[in-house]
Amino acid sequence: MTTTTATDPAALGELLDRTRAGREFGANVYSTLDVLQVLYDRVLRITPETIDDPDRDRFLLSKGHAVAGYYALLAAKGFIPVAWLDDQGGPESRLGDHPDRLLVPGVEIGSGSLGHGLGLGVGTALGLRAQGRLTPRVYVLLGDAELDEGSNHEAIAYAGATGLAGLTGIVLDNRSASHGWPGGAASRFTVNGWTAATVDGRDHEALHTALTGHDNHRPHVVVAVVTDEE
Amino acid sequence: MRETFVTTATALLDDPRTTIVLADISAAAFAPAALRHPDRVINVGIREQLMVGVAGGLALTGQRPIVHSYAPFLVERAYEQIKLDLDHQGVGAVLVSVGASYDRAAAGRTHLSPADVALIDTLRDWTVHVPGHRDEVPGLLRAMVCGRDSAYLRLSTQGNARPYPHAGDLRVLRDAGPGAPLLVAVGPLLDAALAAVAELPVTVAYTHRPRPFDTAGLRALAGTEVILVEPYLAGTSARVVGDALADRPHRLRTLGVGRDDLRRYGSAEDHSRWHGLDAAGLRRSIDEFLAAVPASA
Repeated sequence: MTTTTATDPAALGELLDRTRAGREFGANVYSTLDVLQVLYDRVLRITPETIDDPDRDRFLLSKGHAVAGYYALLAAKGFIPVAWLDDQGGPESRLGDHPDRLLVPGVEIGSGSLGHGLGLGVGTALGLRAQGRLTPRVYVLLGDAELDEGSNHEAIAYAGATGLAGLTGIVLDNRSASHGWPGGAASRFTVNGWTAATVDGRDHEALHTALTGHDNHRPHVVVAVVTDEE
Repeated sequence: MRETFVTTATALLDDPRTTIVLADISAAAFAPAALRHPDRVINVGIREQLMVGVAGGLALTGQRPIVHSYAPFLVERAYEQIKLDLDHQGVGAVLVSVGASYDRAAAGRTHLSPADVALIDTLRDWTVHVPGHRDEVPGLLRAMVCGRDSAYLRLSTQGNARPYPHAGDLRVLRDAGPGAPLLVAVGPLLDAALAAVAELPVTVAYTHRPRPFDTAGLRALAGTEVILVEPYLAGTSARVVGDALADRPHRLRTLGVGRDDLRRYGSAEDHSRWHGLDAAGLRRSIDEFLAAVPASA
C-alpha cells in the first residue's frame, strides 16, 4: 500500500548532505538509502500522524549506525523537522549517531548495539498477535555483519519454528561480515522455515516486490545486496 | 515459592495485557495456562537473549511481560538485553527468578547467582522484591504486574517460618530501644538474623523490598551501628545505606554472600554456613562488629 508520495532522490540527497555537514559517511549510510525509500514510499503504513496508532506498521532499524539516511528520510517524510538535521550529534540535538526512540518521533527502537532489533521485532509481532491486530507488519532492518551476533540466530530459529507470520527481516548485505556468509545470508533464514528473497539492493522495483512478498504464514526475509563497487 | 508464583501468574492472565515469557524453565508448570492462552504464554526455548528481547517488544506494544527463568540465566546471561531492550526503550517488565544465591548448591557455580540484585541495582528505578516466605509472593507479584515500571522478584527455596506481608517499608520485629544497633534483614535471612541476636540488645527490622530501600525508615530507626544482612552479594545495599546516612556519623557492617567461587557442592544450608549466614556465623560477625563500639557509646 502506498501511503505517501515518492521521495525525490535529489531532495533526499540534499537532506543527507545537510546531516553530513562535511563529514565523510561510510558505505553503510548510502547502501541503506534505497531500501529505506522503498519502505517509506511504498510499503510501510505509517505517517507522521499515525506514529502512535497501535495498528501502524513498525519499522525497527536494528543497525543503528546507518542512521544518517534514516534521519534524512524521516525529515523528508515530515516525521521530524528538517532543521534538526543541521546539528546532528550536537549537545542539544535529538539526533545521535544512533537513534533514540524517546528522542525522535517515528523511531520505534533505540539501537546502536548490534543484535537487538530482531528480538524486539519478534516480541512486537507477538504482542500485536496477542492483541488480535493482524493488519500491522513488523519490519526489522539489519546488516550482514550484524548477523554475526548470536542473538539474531535465537530470533531467526524461534520465529521460523513458530511461523511468526507478521515479521519481515531485511538484511542489508554490503558484504561487511568479517567471515562472510557462505551460501548467502538468506539460507540462514530459509533453513529455519522463513521465506526469502535475495535482490539487488538498489533496484526499487525488485525491492518492492521482495518487501511485499510474504505469504502470511511464515516470517519473511529480504536480503538486499549492495556491493561497494556499484 | 515457585508453585505460588505459577498459580498467581496464571491467575493474572485474566488481564489481556499479561504475557508470560519463558525459556523452557518452568514451562511444564505453565503448560495448562499455555493451553488456554497460547498467544500470551510464550516459551521461546533455551534462548535467554530472545526471552528478554521479546519482553521488550511485547512491552512496546503495550503488553505487560512476566519473564521467568533461573536467576543466572535471566539476569546475568542477558544483562545487555535488560539494559537496552527494556530500560533504554523506556518500557518495563516483571522479571521473576528462581535459584537465588545457592538454592541448587549441588548443581555448582553455573546455577548460583549471588550477584543478581547487584546487577539489577546498576539500573535505575527498578523495584526489587526478595520475599522471605511463599505467602508473601502473591501480593508482591500482583502489585508488580499491575504497575508499568520494571521490577525484579527473587524467589528462593530458603525462607522464614512465617510470612510478613506488607514489609516493603522496614518492619520492626524486635525493638531494643532508642540508639540500639539496628539490624536490617532482607527476605529469607530474617529467621537466622533473629536467632543470631536473640541475646543481644539489637533492634531487628525486616524488608522484602530492598529497592527502593526504605531510607526514611532507616533514618528513623538507625543509631550509630547498622548491620545489613542480605541473602545475595555482601554489600549490595551498602551504597544505599551510606547515602541515606551520609549526614551522620555511623558504622556499617554488611553481611551477605561472599565473592569466592567455593567450588563446593552440598546443600543450601551448607553454603549458608560457609558464607557465615547461618545464625552462628551471623552472631560471630555481629559480636566482632559490636565489640569495636567505643565504650562511651
